[in-house]
Order: sequence, then structure tokens, then C-alpha cells
Amino acid sequence: MEFSEHIKTANVEDVELRQPLHPPSRGTLCITGHHLLFSDREEGSSRQVLLLLRNIDAIEKSVENLLGYTSFFSHAGHSERTSGSSGTITIKCKDLRVLQLDIPGMEQCLNIAHSIETLSCLDNVSEMYPFFYRPTDLNPQSHRGLSAMETYYGQTKELHERWRLSSVNRAYSVCPSYPPAVIVPNSTDDDVLKRVAKFRQGGRFPVLCYYHRKNGMVIMRSSQPLTGANRKRCKEDELLLQAVIDGSDKGYIIDTRSSQQVQQARITGGGFESKSFYDRWKRLHRQMEKGKALQESLIKLVEACSDESHNMDRWLSKLENSKWLSHVQTALSTAGLLAECVERDGHSALVHGSEGTDCSLLISTLAQLIMDPCCRTLEGFLGLLEREWVEAGHPFQQRCAHSAYSHARLQQESPVFLLLLDCVWQLWRQFPLALGFSEALLLRLATEVYASDYGTFLCNSDQERSALGVKENTYCLFRALLRPTERDIYLNPLYEPTELAIWPSVHPQSLQLWKGFFLRWTQQTRHLEEVQEEIRNMVIEWGKLALS
Amino acid sequence: MEHIRTPKVEKVRLLDRSSGQRKVSIGTLYLSATHTIFVENNPETRKETWVLHSMVSSVERPPTTPAGSQLILRCKDFRVFQILIPQERDCLDVHASLVRLSRPEKYSELYCLSFNPNANKEERQESWSFIDLMADYKRMGVPNNLWVSTAANSEYRVCDTYPSELFVPRSATPATIVGSSRFRSRGRFPALSYFHQDTLAAVCRCSQPLSGFSGRCQEDEVMLQAVMKSNPGSDFIYVVDTRPKVTHQHTQTHCSTITGSDTDTTCVCVCVQLNAMANRAAGKGYENEDHYTNIKLQFIGIENIHVMRSSQQKIIDVGEMRSPSMTDFLWGLENSGWLKHIKAILDAGVFITRAVADEGVSVLVHCSDGWDRTAQACSVASILLDPFYRTIKGLTVLIERDWVSFGHKFSHRYSHLDGDPKEVSPVIDQFLECVWQLSEQFPCAFEFNERFLIAIHTHVYSCQYGTFLGNCQKERRDMRLRERSHSVWPQLWKDRAEFTNPLYKAELSQSQGILRPNTTPYCFKMWKGLYNHVEKSTPPRQSPADFLSAVREESQQLEEELTNHQEVPPGGTAHHHPGSRQEDRSSDREANHLGEHRGSEEDSPPAV
Repeated sequence: MEFSEHIKTANVEDVELRQPLHPPSRGTLCITGHHLLFSDREEGSSRQVLLLLRNIDAIEKSVENLLGYTSFFSHAGHSERTSGSSGTITIKCKDLRVLQLDIPGMEQCLNIAHSIETLSCLDNVSEMYPFFYRPTDLNPQSHRGLSAMETYYGQTKELHERWRLSSVNRAYSVCPSYPPAVIVPNSTDDDVLKRVAKFRQGGRFPVLCYYHRKNGMVIMRSSQPLTGANRKRCKEDELLLQAVIDGSDKGYIIDTRSSQQVQQARITGGGFESKSFYDRWKRLHRQMEKGKALQESLIKLVEACSDESHNMDRWLSKLENSKWLSHVQTALSTAGLLAECVERDGHSALVHGSEGTDCSLLISTLAQLIMDPCCRTLEGFLGLLEREWVEAGHPFQQRCAHSAYSHARLQQESPVFLLLLDCVWQLWRQFPLALGFSEALLLRLATEVYASDYGTFLCNSDQERSALGVKENTYCLFRALLRPTERDIYLNPLYEPTELAIWPSVHPQSLQLWKGFFLRWTQQTRHLEEVQEEIRNMVIEWGKLALS
Repeated sequence: MEHIRTPKVEKVRLLDRSSGQRKVSIGTLYLSATHTIFVENNPETRKETWVLHSMVSSVERPPTTPAGSQLILRCKDFRVFQILIPQERDCLDVHASLVRLSRPEKYSELYCLSFNPNANKEERQESWSFIDLMADYKRMGVPNNLWVSTAANSEYRVCDTYPSELFVPRSATPATIVGSSRFRSRGRFPALSYFHQDTLAAVCRCSQPLSGFSGRCQEDEVMLQAVMKSNPGSDFIYVVDTRPKVTHQHTQTHCSTITGSDTDTTCVCVCVQLNAMANRAAGKGYENEDHYTNIKLQFIGIENIHVMRSSQQKIIDVGEMRSPSMTDFLWGLENSGWLKHIKAILDAGVFITRAVADEGVSVLVHCSDGWDRTAQACSVASILLDPFYRTIKGLTVLIERDWVSFGHKFSHRYSHLDGDPKEVSPVIDQFLECVWQLSEQFPCAFEFNERFLIAIHTHVYSCQYGTFLGNCQKERRDMRLRERSHSVWPQLWKDRAEFTNPLYKAELSQSQGILRPNTTPYCFKMWKGLYNHVEKSTPPRQSPADFLSAVREESQQLEEELTNHQEVPPGGTAHHHPGSRQEDRSSDREANHLGEHRGSEEDSPPAV
């Protein structure tokens, strides 16, 4: 497909751009296959706005014809008919920015709007911008290196005695959403895994995702067992879980659904690990919202944040009604529970909900941040995301197709990853010295996950990415963030590593609206950014003095 | 002391509920003339808890349990102590003593008159001259050819709640002042609060006119003209009435119910809102725009002291909720209306600031008596208009001027003496909270930190110093407080290192000139540090501010060293110096941090 067939008007002169935090400016608008480019034509300034079309969540257009009715009935030439008309396009982005373009000429305006509408939601992954992006200062990933899971296994020597790296999924045939290499108990052979996979939804059999060095306990994750209405069982599944807690008296299963929900799940073939067959596992239920409910929560919150009515009661009730902060609270407290099972109670734990691709990843990631100092550095955190989200098969493409402004009918969209970033931000705020990365990193990730130059968040699984050659043909965001030129922005100047667990407070007063993201385009956030800048300068200054 | 029925009770259990403490400590309870003191039995710690009697806001006695009799001590700084006493008789004695001790009837019973902060007579006298209001007026450029000092109120002849030294428009004659004061509630005539040198516009304050529906007073009209004429750049003034113009029908009657245990009396107080309209019917009211030429009347809608009192009680309850869901919390917050009130006060300040700084128009602010909402609005405006008031010294000067000197009923509002509960209201709490909300929005613009605001809050209530005693300058003079007590300001100033915000940067754009806060509702949040001790005293979470203070201090040291170092002749021993310094420092810091983290490990886990 040629992008040009969607572009009827590529250039418009004399367009006025209005965007938050800047005075309006006049210049040339240009639409390409992947970008909207605005160049300021004012004397002495050469400001440009380059926006990925993929970042556009919704557009609204209004055209007005200044000549009134006469022009409709006039049989004059084309150019004359549109000369007095103009249009305004409001662009609402997935990073919550709202731009307005005043475009002279009704037809040009409609053409531009049409191009944006079509090009901003192309379905074909290999036509997306990451396949065209060629940065000069990065080497392409010419060869496939070790996967994050393999790296983790290699780094965690303590694991090797009882755990092995299995390549049972090397052709993605056992579990399409898992990576080729997974960590399982030594005593469980690949045939057992294949049978367990048949007993778990989507083939997501229990695999290790975290080893707690302090006491040798682990976190496993999977999808729900397919026990169904007849309470089917699977000997191999029971053996696998038994092997996980070998030598310990019990383990915990944290189910991200309520006990009522899991009973209902049996009707549709799902289910839970029943006490009678998994007698040494203790199930704990914590209901977490996901899917549509979470998406709607985001939509309501963003709507509340754009309410300028100055009515305090209305704001507080809208904030409450959105439930977003409740979701943050539940996620952090469930992650806290998981970490407590492992760190305080000293037992291994298995996490799953139904599919095991959303909330399970959310809380296993947060629990690791709470317990493990290694994943609190910039590199460690990006590695964690690679392992627990990208490779673990979070369906990014489905979940992040649209954000809060879209008018499109909701399909599989759900801001689980954004919820993760919000929870990490809460941790960062409560423990400003314990995390090695900055708020800027979280904000960057929140933008990139919806629209990116890089291939990292493309597709829904490792299998899909490998089929499309994403690794060979696109660049990796995580590597780009670690470039010496960018790195500094994403480091926390106050970072002081600590070996200890960081237990977040989940009291409502301790949780706050993530202004940096939800109110990113307001003046207030600018002040807070200035503060971060100030802190960075102070610490740099201090570092210089200490060295001299 | 005659009020202490039993000075010492043993085997008492104490639970500091507000600190999130879960373990009860056992020890001995002592009652002194000024404090309740609890000393833990544990020989290793012997931890002492001191509670000043004047900080106790209520003593409740819930029903006796098998383990003993209980007392619940609620403090004015929102701490809550639960005390369990084995013998009921002891408990009754302690209760009766505390009830009496915490409600002194006479000024002479107050702590500040017996408190001696290790200072001699000279130091005491000096402490009172720490703040020089006249110097601050001079700093603003007053007196000048527009505003002059008046002797009209010397010996408090015209208005007994005003200070003796005041600034008025140059053209206002003594007759005008006296005439105007007769037409104003409590004689509080228009006087200068803040003069803005850049635009020559002024913020003035007064009380409501006694106009009723038709009354007028020529001198008062002349007075307002004079205020206008003292601003050459404008041909009108704003009269800001900080009260709501009319009250909604359903809020006419307010019931605040304080329910405790069965032994507690349920007290219901009914207060009729006195809004501007209602005042008018009572012969008071607001300026009639037909009679006053060149004024623009603006109503702001800050609610009265009764609404604020019950609102604060609700937000205290929100802070005390044990493990609320997010929904409970946000509903509680909305239901309390507290943030709405804080926003209204800040909006008043913003309006005045815009008028003075942007339009160059002078503003005359009043409410009913001109000592609650007026003080709030004027002082918030000063904070926004002038960076000086955002410094440690500046804030003390501002409080001294707009609150202490201009007459604010400290004794009544903060119940220093046993009195009418309907007079109590958290007026200055709200001002301090406005400043806190601003500091959250502009973290680099304030020289002081949250601790400074909380320290001021505590001293307003504690009566430990004479600064906030009485209701006006005349009362303080009559009580001879300067001879009998100390001023709080030098004490706070001495501890300023602890109160300094390491992020303060006067030269940063957000810190300079006029502060223009955003007052969209999402910019306000509950002041956790003040209301929720549970959170505050859980082992200190990591504080970037403390870290940065250390960094700043160290940078200064290093810088000094560097200069010294450069002065050392080459080949001297100084070469080794920085290196060894560095080692010392890093081990130092490690030690600090271990302490912090140990704290965080003990921290309460999320509810399982």
C-alpha cells in the first residue's frame, strides 16, 4: 500500500497552530505517511512540531464557510468556492496533549483530516513507523542476542541448582504468547510441560519470573487452570507446582479475581486450583479490574482532568467516580501482599488471573520492584519490563491501540501498562531515593507505549514479533534510552541504592494523582519539572565539588 | 496545684493513636501544672511523652472495660492518645483534673506566664523587638506622599481592636477617620495592609459598614474616596466583601453534632449563617454602590467561622479513618467541603493580587468584623504579591501585621481560655494551609518548609509564648505580656535551619515577583502533614528535602574548603585533604541512610 493514496493535500500554508504552554503560531503544515509536521514561519523562529500520526487518538473537525449560502449555489470555479472558507482540526493525542489547527480552505482542511484519520490507525504492523525509522547513532539489532529471560537465568547463578532453562517453546508451539526460553523446575521435563500447557488457558503454564535471593523463594506466573465445571484435574500440573515448593511446607496462589469470579469462570471452562488437589497451596483472592473497566476508568479520569469548572465538589466526585486511584491502590496492595508472602512469610507464590497477560504481570513486576534492589536501577527496570511485559506476552498492540480520547468502539484496549507506570510513580514518590530512574523515564514510556519510533512495543507477543522480523528491522527503545546522550535525563539524581524492601503505603492519603502524566500539559507541571531540574543541578554541583 | 487530684498513676497503658503506633506501652502517668507526662516502664527506652495541657482539646471517657478505665485525649495539633488506667477511681481523678487543666479560666493560668525558655530579662525584651512592623512598612515605601501614619488611634481611642499605629490615605483627616470608624462595625475603619510599590495600588482592610438597607455616612464615603485618591493611577477601587452575598436556603441552619460515648453529652449547636444579605437586614451590610462613587463591589464567598469549624471537624475525621477505601476517603474529603473553603480563600487572594498588580487598582477588603476572613484574604494576597513574605522572616512579619497587630481573636478562635465553643474556628489554620498549598505548587518559591508552618500552627494553640495571646494589641498591653512572657518569633528564628526549604531559589522565575497560582480544583490536596499523624510518624519515609539540605550544606562546606585549599601553598598537606574528607562523608551518609531504611522496613505493610 502506498501512503500517498491517503494524502490528497500534503502541504498547507498559513496554518495557525494552538498548543498548550505555547503562544499560537503561524506556519506550514505538512502531512507525510507517518508524521504531521508544522514549521513556524514567524521571523526569527524556526520552531517545528513533529508529531507521529500514530500518537493521534481522536480528531474533531469543524469547517465554516465565510461566504455563506451563496457559495453553495455559485457555479464559479473550484478555487473561488473555497477561498473564503476555513476549518479547524482539533487533535487529541494519546499522550493527552490537545492541539488545534486552523486551516484556510475547507477542502484542504477536510483532506488533512481525512489523511490523519486514516493514517493514524493503520492496522498493518509492518507499515508502521518503526519499520522506517533509521536513527544515525544506534546500531540496528542485526543479530538476535540473548533474550531477557536467558539473561536473567545467566545472572542468577543461585537458580541453577533447582531450576533449568527450557526451550520446550522454541517454536512457540506449546504456548504462543510465551518466549522461546522459560525457567522451570529441574525435575520437570518438557513432556510434562507440554501437558501442563494444555491444562492452562492459552498454554501459559507456570514459569518462574523471580528468584528471591534472600531466602531462595520464587514468584511463578501462569494463566488459570482449565478445570471447568467438572473439576478436571491434571496430574502434571499438580506435580509441577509441587516441584516449585519442594522442601517447603506451603506456597501461596494469588488469584487476581474474587472467589466468586473464579467460581463463575468454571462455567466457561476456566477455574482455580482446588484445595483438595493442591493441598499445600493456599489461595488468596484479590479482585483486580482490567480490560474494559480499566479503560473506562482512564477515560473518566482524563475527562475529569480537563474539567475547568472550578467546582471542588465536582472534581472530587469525578475523581472518585473514575476509580483510577482505587485501581492504583488495589494494584499496589496486591503487589504488597505478594511481596509479603515471599519476603516476610518466606514462601513461594504463584500469580494468575484468567489469561495471565495483564494483572499477573502488573503485580509480579511491582512485587519485584518492592523486594529486589537489582530492578530498581535504570538498566534493571528496563530489563524487568523487557522480561515481564514484552517477552511475557502482554498484548501491547491490542491494549494500546487507543487511549482516553478515542471515539472508536472499544475492543481490547486497556491501560494496564499505564497503570503499572502510575504505580511505579507512586513508589518513586514514596521512596524518592530508592529508585535509580526518574519520572521522566516513566513519562517517556507512557508516551512510547502508545506511539513510538521504536519496535519494542509493537505486536502482542514474541511470536508475532519474530514472524514480522521486528527485531531485525526496527530499533530497540530500551537501548536507545540507555544511550549516553539520553541516559542522564532518565537517571534519578537522588538515587541511593538500598538492599531493603520498599513497602509502599496504600493509605488513600499516600496515593496521589500522577500530575506529571495526567496534567502534563499544564503550567503547574512545568513548575514541578523546574524543581526536578533544580534538584539535578544541586546534586551535579555537589558531585563536582566533591570530586575537585 | 489545686486542680490536680492525683499527681501520679502507675501501670498505665498508653497508645499514641495518631502516630500509627500499634503496640501499647506501659508506664507511669504524671500530671504537672503544665503537662501530662507519660514515662514508659521499659528500662531501656524510658520514653517520655509530654502533652501540654493547653494543647488538649477534649478528654473523653469511653465506657470502662475489664482491663480498666479509658481516657481519650484529643489534641489541638490533631494527635490522639488513648490511655488505659487500671483503677476507675484514678481514672475519674485524672479525667477531672485534665478537664479543668485543659480549660484555663483566666489568662494567669496560661503556660506562657510560667514558661521560662532559659532567657534573662534583656533577652525577653529583645525577643519582643524581633519584629519591627514599621521597618516593613518602610520596606514597602510607606510612609510616602500617598500614605501617612496617623495618630488617630493612639491609646486605642477610635478602635480598641486596632493597633495604635496605622497608615491611612494622606487626604484622610482625623475627622474623616473618626466619622468612618463610627460607621464601621467595631470601629474598624479602612487602613493600609499592603502597599504595592510597582503599581502604587494598595490593599486596605476594614469591617462592614453599618449601612443596613439605606444608611449612609458622608465621612465613610470620603474615606473611600481618599483611598482611591491615594492611587494616582486609577479612578476606582474594588471593595472586596469576602462573604457570600446570599445563603442558599438549605444551608440556613447548620447542625454540627459531636457524638462520643454514652457518657459524652451530645452537643448540637445551631448557627444561623450571617451572610452579607442577612447582615444588611440587621443594620449592617455592604457598601451601596449608589452612595459610594467609583467603587466596584466584589463578593468572594468565603463561609463564616461556624461553617469552617464543622468542616474542619469533618476533615479531622477523614484523617482519623483507620483503613479507608479510596472511595471512603474521597467521599469524606468532598463531604467535608474543606478544600472548597481553602480554594475560596486562595481565590480571594488571587483576585486582590490581580487587581493590585495587573490592573493597578487599590482594593478595600472586609467581611463582617474584619478580623477573620479579611485577615485571611489580605495575608494571602501579600504572600502572592511580595516575595519577601515567602521567606522565613517575611512570613513572621506578615503574621505579626495582618493577624497579631490588626487584631484577630486568637484567644477565642483557638480556645486559649474556657469559653464559648461557637467562637472557636480554624481561621489561621486555613491561612497556613493556603500557604502550604501554594508551596506544593511552587516548591522553589518558599524559603521555609512544611515544618515551619506546622510549628506556627502549634504555637498559635499552645500558649507557650505570649505572641498569640489575647485578641488585640490593647489586651496584650493591658496584660503586660511583654514583661511577663516571651515572643515566639526569635525562638523559631533560632531553629531556622530546621525550617529551611533546600529547594528555595529566589532567583528562579517561579519564585520571583507575583505568584500566580492555578486554583483549578485538581491543584488542591489534603494537607497530610498536618492532619494525618499516622502517616507522618510512621518511620520517616525517604525525604528528598532532608537529603538536599545535607547536599546543600555539604556543598557549602566543600566550597569553603576549596577556597581554603587554593590558599594553601603548593606542596602542602592539603592534597590529601579532599580525598579523606570524601571517605568520612560517605560513611557518614551510609549511617544516615541505614537508619532511614531500617525505618522503612518496620513500616506497616499493606493490609493483607
